[in-house]
Amino acid sequence: MTAEPTTAAPGSGPRATADPLVIAGREFGTRLIMGTGGAPSLRVLEEALIASGTELTTVAMRRVDPAARGSVWDVLHRNGIRPLPNTAGCFTATDALRTARLAREALGTEWIKLEVVADERTLLPDPVELLDAAERLVDEGFVVLPYTNDDPVLARRLEQVGCAAVMPLGAPIGSGLGIRNPHNIELIVEQAGVPVILDAGIGTASEAALAMELGCDAVLLATAVTRAREPALMAAAMRDAVAAGRMARRAGRIPVRRYAQASSPDPDRPPC
Amino acid sequence: MREPVQVIINGEARDVPPATTVADVVRSLTSAANGVAVAVNDQVVPRTGWADTAIGPDDRVDVLTAVQGG
Repeated sequence: MTAEPTTAAPGSGPRATADPLVIAGREFGTRLIMGTGGAPSLRVLEEALIASGTELTTVAMRRVDPAARGSVWDVLHRNGIRPLPNTAGCFTATDALRTARLAREALGTEWIKLEVVADERTLLPDPVELLDAAERLVDEGFVVLPYTNDDPVLARRLEQVGCAAVMPLGAPIGSGLGIRNPHNIELIVEQAGVPVILDAGIGTASEAALAMELGCDAVLLATAVTRAREPALMAAAMRDAVAAGRMARRAGRIPVRRYAQASSPDPDRPPC
Repeated sequence: MREPVQVIINGEARDVPPATTVADVVRSLTSAANGVAVAVNDQVVPRTGWADTAIGPDDRVDVLTAVQGG
């Protein structure tokens, strides 16, 4: 009688897919949320989105260009990716509300990535306008995902006014500087009762993995993929990095030790 | 014959015939059936109201769609 093989096939072990991301009651099988900015063409963007495995992807709202060919909406639609409209380019709560209402009408979704930035040079969130806009959008029935500073107090306030997630930056948008204040990200994660999504600053795969190891529930990135030399390849790297970081977080890392700890059993000392 | 009406469409001054509707403006800019929204003087006009909403003198009409970003 031949024994059944007892070893599992590679790749058949516990996966991040058994561990869905849940935002506002909706489940996602992947924890990588993509943006669409910066891609040289819709074709390159589509290849990258497919390679990333993303199920939720941001789009911006702009005036219709009669000369435009193809649309990002079509790309998302034919790949079954949910659009997450943003309020990029808004500097005041009033601007952001207007853009959010138009996005809801155009795309038929209550979900909004809320961006209210202070200036063009840093694109850092304006916390006063952001909180005001978040509160008003929640009152209007939006599912609000605010792009915020890596400030635990502001993150808490955003959650208190009813945001469905908080999305602290790792570093300024498009900078590729990584996660500049991992301690603050950990503090935000510790206190949060809603998903924490690391948004902005990621430059390469190890930084996406770090975000997940710090306890973030998801990562949102665009530039690191769309402006990579090979966007689809980087998208696949990000997909795997986010999954790996999440599994490492769940698995529980070993404590850091100052000195070595032998991992092999003590050998009998050979005679001198 | 009635005079054309001066309006601002996506930031540009335009003359349109009297009784032009939001639906007419949208058709002049895009053939896309989905993913488009309109505001007249910063107020969203729901799609169901496009055909019945005439634009008047000095109205600001913005026709937006989803583009790559974020």
